[in-house]
Amino acid sequence: MSTDTPTPARMIGKDVPLIDGLEKVTGRAAYTADLAHNGALVGRLFRSPHSHAKIDKLDVSKALALAGVIAIVTGDDCDVPYGILPIVQNEYPMARERVRYRGEPVAAVAAIDEATAEQALALIDMQVTVLPGYYDPDASRVPGAVDLHEDRPGNLERDVHHEFGDVDKGFAAADFIREDTYECAEVTHMQMEPNASLAEYDAERGRITLHSCTQVPYYVHKRVAQCMDLDTSRIRVVKPFIGGGFGHRSETLNFEIIICLLARAAKGKVRMKLSREETFITHRGRPQTRIKTKIGITKDGRITACACETVQAGGAYGGYGIVTILYAGALLNAIYDIPAVKYDGYRVYTNTPPCGAMRGHGTVNVRYAFESLLDQIARELDMDPFELRRRNLLVAPTKTINDLMVESYGLPECLDWVEEASGWKARRGHLGQGKGLGLACSHYVSGAAKPVHWTGEPHAVVNLKLDFDGGITLLTGASDIGQGSSTVLAQLVGEVLGIDFDRLSVFANDSRVTPKDNGSYSSRVTFMVGNAAIEAAEAMKNLLVAAAARKLETEPGNIECLGEVYRVQGGQDKGLSFQEVVTEAVAESGTITVKGTFTVPRSHQGGKYRGSGVGPSMAYSYAAVAVEVTADEDTGLVSVDDIWVAHDCGYALNRLACEGQVQGAVWMGLGQALSEETRYHEGLPIGPNMLDYRVPSIVESPDIKVKLVESLDPNGPFGAKEASEGALAAVIPAVANAVADALGVRLKESPVTPDRVIRALLDKERAARSAKDVA
Amino acid sequence: MAKSILHLSLNGRQREDAVADNMLLIDYLRDVAGVTGTKMGCDGGECGACTVLVDDRPRLSCISLAHSVAGKKVETIEGAMAEGRISNLQRAFHEKLGSQCGYCTPGMVMASEALLRANPDPDDDEIRAGLSGNICRCTGYVKIIESVRTAAGQSKS
Repeated sequence: MSTDTPTPARMIGKDVPLIDGLEKVTGRAAYTADLAHNGALVGRLFRSPHSHAKIDKLDVSKALALAGVIAIVTGDDCDVPYGILPIVQNEYPMARERVRYRGEPVAAVAAIDEATAEQALALIDMQVTVLPGYYDPDASRVPGAVDLHEDRPGNLERDVHHEFGDVDKGFAAADFIREDTYECAEVTHMQMEPNASLAEYDAERGRITLHSCTQVPYYVHKRVAQCMDLDTSRIRVVKPFIGGGFGHRSETLNFEIIICLLARAAKGKVRMKLSREETFITHRGRPQTRIKTKIGITKDGRITACACETVQAGGAYGGYGIVTILYAGALLNAIYDIPAVKYDGYRVYTNTPPCGAMRGHGTVNVRYAFESLLDQIARELDMDPFELRRRNLLVAPTKTINDLMVESYGLPECLDWVEEASGWKARRGHLGQGKGLGLACSHYVSGAAKPVHWTGEPHAVVNLKLDFDGGITLLTGASDIGQGSSTVLAQLVGEVLGIDFDRLSVFANDSRVTPKDNGSYSSRVTFMVGNAAIEAAEAMKNLLVAAAARKLETEPGNIECLGEVYRVQGGQDKGLSFQEVVTEAVAESGTITVKGTFTVPRSHQGGKYRGSGVGPSMAYSYAAVAVEVTADEDTGLVSVDDIWVAHDCGYALNRLACEGQVQGAVWMGLGQALSEETRYHEGLPIGPNMLDYRVPSIVESPDIKVKLVESLDPNGPFGAKEASEGALAAVIPAVANAVADALGVRLKESPVTPDRVIRALLDKERAARSAKDVA
Repeated sequence: MAKSILHLSLNGRQREDAVADNMLLIDYLRDVAGVTGTKMGCDGGECGACTVLVDDRPRLSCISLAHSVAGKKVETIEGAMAEGRISNLQRAFHEKLGSQCGYCTPGMVMASEALLRANPDPDDDEIRAGLSGNICRCTGYVKIIESVRTAAGQSKS
């Protein structure tokens, strides 16, 4: 081939800055609160000051009489319960009859300005009979406790009891069995953008347009229709730029429905900007979790069985709760080869803001417990933690005992790299006083195989539009929430078509125009929507090749496509330019739109048992994380000096974005490991602000060294899998394991705050003293 | 609330507006001047998303009164571009992925700009100190530090 032969620029497997990055660095990116809102009323929420109470009276007449107040809505305006899961819809947009957590919305005001809305809130009169509040799952489950929900006696939202393989036989085959109990504090997303919505009701047409900061506009669309009793065709949902999600916005949130009710009542436009405190209270974070884990193991380090009991404090409403408690059990599997697993999960209602999905949904706290116990066992066996894990690896392809399909498995390479890069062998045990190294592994799904709504539709749809101008627009309902999904979709289309990247634009998340998508959660977009984008691009390419063949008077099979040049294979002439091909193609059919779809096949959608819908995915990512800490025995302060992470993302379509996602996930795990916890006093959030909810600052955040392992998944787009959640879970046990290495004391609670470290040291001292006394 | 006239230079242009005496600088910028690049993240000086430059120094616009910048030179992210082109810092944040969701980015870029004006060649610890008032929830800061380092290197050469 001569050097001047045009070749398509590869668009995958390299660093590609975000397709919407220029908007972000210039301040042009418009988030919901930045949208033009001329004439909009100010919407504000009246929230319950009680954790648990019966509403005896709610009088808004004085507030409504205030000049400048246009409308007020309350629980009386919507008696339709909603929830993310079709099987647990037990939440009203505004409380009716009972409030179940402090800060629960009770009423909403639309007024001409902020000050008037504020005054109106003060005029709302709520009389209640206070009920006992339960802030801990043990308290909720005490016999005789008042049920938060009448259909859930004992405040148990769901208990799960799964047993796979022969558990008794497994434990019988073990040389010894170790068991321990771990506790993880509740954490929350704290995405940078406070929640905001803008809703406009067209009273003449009975239509509503909602702009909102959601990860899943489709769910919002459905829930708004349900709660407003409005035909879905009368609703338009638009997602502007959003300032992070991490799961907070993966279910429809109360304010998104309330603002629509309020706009209809006010017959106009309403804008709602939640404060940071309100954004904390909206919550839906990772629940406080107690995990009792038992592992049976042989002398040579082979795991024979595992049993795990998990109790989650779910908050006051169902939300994603059932999925969370199921994930916690399902993903005990698919990382190591464990022949028998028993899982008992309890999701309990408490009088605190509802929990939900958060990055690494369901798996994180259980992984912390498991990897901590594995480290304790390694120490006891005097076996290297890498070696212990290597003795229990899966061999792909395989189907796990709970029917999960693992077709690519890069964990061995992850372990190798982390061991080498961290200098583990040479350095561990020789770091000096107060310093330690810890290892842990984790994994995650590349998209939940079963959608939340079993409608029978494809799991992902992408449209491509090509017109006379030669520009290609990718239309998608998948939400770019900062993870770079729009960029990756454009790269995939560009790669298949071999065109210049600048020819592509992405138009996303306007229900009037873009195809429905199941949204950005469970790391599904690259895998599912990516595969749909490839299919759409192939359809487009076929049309272009056919057009070129017509023009060149040959068969499509004879056309070769060299980047933006189409010519007869092996021919000497210069061929057709992309624009010439486009002109020919649209001459035939006019504007071209093509579609690609993707659906996870039945074979990968899990088993037949109750709860089997949670856990299955077409591919799993794998990660190994090593952490180096300095732990101060006197102050209890733990600082992380270095982190090495290897993440098997299948194939790094965008190396820059994958690295960024892995670093972000590791760092978020670091926050949960070191300092993050929501705290309540009798249900009242303590410090719902960005100082007291301590995420690591830039000063405390170490460099994070990333290795992207590429196991080339057979079903992923060009082999790609999940890249933004999988590594998070490993960080928390890796830190705990490193602290144990540094101080010789095992913390069984996260985060490892100074008070917890000191308590663990004192406990150890006390135990040593009493052992001596006995002796 | 009584209003009085506020004179200032905003992104190189002189303005005068009748502004309530208790209006916050961020509300002035976003609602009066119509530059919405500056973001509200925490409501109270905790996250740095609202950072703007006042006479070359970083200032949290969410805890500053608009009238406190009377007669001063105020710069927001909208003023970082020159002749339609982005600055070295903006380019570095774009190309090195110092920005993911983008919400902290305007504040991050302005705080970095202030740092580089005061110290054109910071080491990593100085970058960390300079950005210690700015929270990012997406990146883990690794690529933010790399972005600032890259921009600093470019302005040196």
